[in-house]
Amino acid sequence: MIRFILKRLTSAIPTLFVIVTVAFFLMRLAPGGPFSLERPLPPQILANLMAHYKLDQPLWAQYLDYLKGLMTGDLGPSYVYRDFTVDELLLQGLPVSIQLGLSALVLATLIGCALGTIAALRQNRPADYSVMAVALIGITIPNFVMAPVLTLLFAIHLGWLPAGGWGEGALVNKILPVFALALPQIAVIARLTRGSMIEVMRSNHIRTARAYGLPAHVVVGRALRGALLPVISYLGPAAAALLTGSVVIESIFGVPGIGRHFVQGALNRDYTLVMGTVVTVAVFVVLFNLIVDVLYAWLDPKVRLE
Amino acid sequence: MRHLALAAAILLGSTALAGAETVYHRGNTAEPETLDQHLTSTIYESNILRDLYEGLVIDGADGSVQPGVAESWAMSDDGLVYTFTLRNDAKWSNGDPVTASDFVFSYRRILDPATGAKYADVLYPIDGAEAYNKGEADAETLGVRAPDDLTVEITLANATPYFLQLLTHQTSLPVHPATVEADPENFTKPGTMVSNGPYALSEWVPNAHIKAEKNANFHDADSVAIDTVYYYPTEDRAAALRRFEAGELDSNNDGPVEQMTYMSERLGDQLRIAPYLGTYYYAINTSKPPFDDARVRKALSMVIDREFLASEIWGDTMVAGYSLVPPGIDNYGEPAYADYKDMSLLDREDSALEMMKDAGFGPDNPLEVDIRFNTSENHQKTATAIADMWKPLGVETTLTNSDTKTHYAILRDRGDFDVARAGWIGDYSDPQNFLFLLESENEGFNYARYENMEYDNLMKRAAATNDLDERAGILFQAEEIFSRDQPYIPLMYYGSISLVSDRLQGWEDNLRNVHPTRFMSVGE
Repeated sequence: MIRFILKRLTSAIPTLFVIVTVAFFLMRLAPGGPFSLERPLPPQILANLMAHYKLDQPLWAQYLDYLKGLMTGDLGPSYVYRDFTVDELLLQGLPVSIQLGLSALVLATLIGCALGTIAALRQNRPADYSVMAVALIGITIPNFVMAPVLTLLFAIHLGWLPAGGWGEGALVNKILPVFALALPQIAVIARLTRGSMIEVMRSNHIRTARAYGLPAHVVVGRALRGALLPVISYLGPAAAALLTGSVVIESIFGVPGIGRHFVQGALNRDYTLVMGTVVTVAVFVVLFNLIVDVLYAWLDPKVRLE
Repeated sequence: MRHLALAAAILLGSTALAGAETVYHRGNTAEPETLDQHLTSTIYESNILRDLYEGLVIDGADGSVQPGVAESWAMSDDGLVYTFTLRNDAKWSNGDPVTASDFVFSYRRILDPATGAKYADVLYPIDGAEAYNKGEADAETLGVRAPDDLTVEITLANATPYFLQLLTHQTSLPVHPATVEADPENFTKPGTMVSNGPYALSEWVPNAHIKAEKNANFHDADSVAIDTVYYYPTEDRAAALRRFEAGELDSNNDGPVEQMTYMSERLGDQLRIAPYLGTYYYAINTSKPPFDDARVRKALSMVIDREFLASEIWGDTMVAGYSLVPPGIDNYGEPAYADYKDMSLLDREDSALEMMKDAGFGPDNPLEVDIRFNTSENHQKTATAIADMWKPLGVETTLTNSDTKTHYAILRDRGDFDVARAGWIGDYSDPQNFLFLLESENEGFNYARYENMEYDNLMKRAAATNDLDERAGILFQAEEIFSRDQPYIPLMYYGSISLVSDRLQGWEDNLRNVHPTRFMSVGE
């Protein structure tokens, strides 16, 4: 097991290297740069700036410089947020994104699996239909509609929760963003659980268990173990996406996560900030795929880690 | 029972204490790129810096120039030398006195080419500033001197009637030399920053908030009513409106244009729309046929129903515009409006058709125009409406949009385009700040690539004229040439939208849209 994990982690290094390289050069293809502003800069001032950030050097030299920095964990200065380094911005934003994402993930998994199981056990009955209808709504209504609706309802009409702001991480400030973030995930997970649960409930070993007259909770417990496999493989990439922030939720609720850095960084041509977020997201994806594989082996004895 | 009473007393006591502190929650549109006044370029930054620092002169609540660190000043007869006398009780937040040499240090810092200041050119009217910033001269040649601790003497290269207003810009705010020298990378961070304004920085969480607290060392601290200010980067305007409605923001300096009807119904007086120092225009590429033909440009401009754009698309947050210089500006009279301003749209359409015919365009030879704009719902709607207004001229219009950076990169790098959207918000209230956009030497801003000797000469003459009335007359002539040639199609004058809670007092609408916190108070 340990050998497998180590092997996977080592093989991730070339993957990350390719991602960094492609992202670095792709970004430079976009017209404009961090200093092309609505109010353009006089040539001399632009030259001063480019020299200050070493952007006047040939691209390959900048690339080697960046790689060198990356080795030591230095992601460089932000070209747009000039008072911060990319490390500072990510260190400040990532914990916030992880808190939100993790809460949403746990919430979505618990509720999603529960709803999916109920729907599967009550297949083609009112409970099933209502769960699936809610799930359909959850999937079809996008975040940028759901979040404002939730704010209007809970913050403005009812006045129970704040309409936005992070409040240094106070619980009341987290409820709406976590819920808005979790909602579409609950829907997907419920549908996945329902589908695979129905399949597993018809399989031979479960039918045998039921024929032996085992109590319902034992049967469901056994069935769930197999039924969760597709959910787990969905959760890997979903977790990586949730934990690295959502630009929509962050801007609507004024949450200081890293999702906004990704989009704003790209629009601002803040090369180093985009690279920093790309690296972070890539690391998360690699990590969570690994976790999924390990979980798979644990849940399904047929899978062996080699 | 006694415990309960005690607990109640403590609770009451603490709420009474909390009630004594007034907090202002201020929506500020976007995250500042930096709080280093010498590196800033945006309005969001200036809103914060104006509270943290005090320059020689400051913006009053109504946007007028008021004494700041300088309690008085004198201008030499030729308008070239300004002598500022500093107040002797001005202090930095750490208790150090603010001295004339702090200003000398600050001006040298922003103009030092190594600093890489984006807005350094705002200070080019100062003698020697341009040469120093371009690395052609030493810091010592800069025309800012400190004969003694309480006197700052600034020498200009040419008389500049808007010079005092220029000094209210954030580029003229002083830095605390010792702090900057000790920690040049981090002097803008809370705990390190030393400022001389009514407030001092206490927290900065990027994308969440900036917190500033009253500076006890400020010379006029007694008259500052608000104790704590939170600035929020309210990028999502609709979300900001919801936070305002929920009472979480006391003000926000923008609002969702698409919800104008809702806002005017729900917010009443709390929705403020004021004229703003800016013009929304379309630049025409005059270097490319057939757009080098003034008749074509004028015809395209004439048939645009600006009143429709301003009221139907922009919800009256803009005002129909017929000149490059917005009305109400200082050092100028009425702008030189286009001659068809008061003609009916039908008459305008007739003469435009005539002009297009003369230029060789008509039903069998339609003009093809591509409008470029930076992606935004309202820019898109504006372009679509204009394309429709051009139809009677037989113009076939295509629309191309791209993100803001790409858009301006194409304009600046002289990429190929026909007509492109742009806008200009004045840095100071003077017609020169608008008319200079079209000087042929102005490579960065002259998107139209307009070259007119007569125009250039008038601009040069105006720069060399000290008499304000005479100068206004010369600039007016230049604008007349602009209106005749229409290298830009002025469409609308900007308006500023602000959401201002009834609780907040002292927010005065003004043309420059500046609202220093020190003149405001928060009621119940």
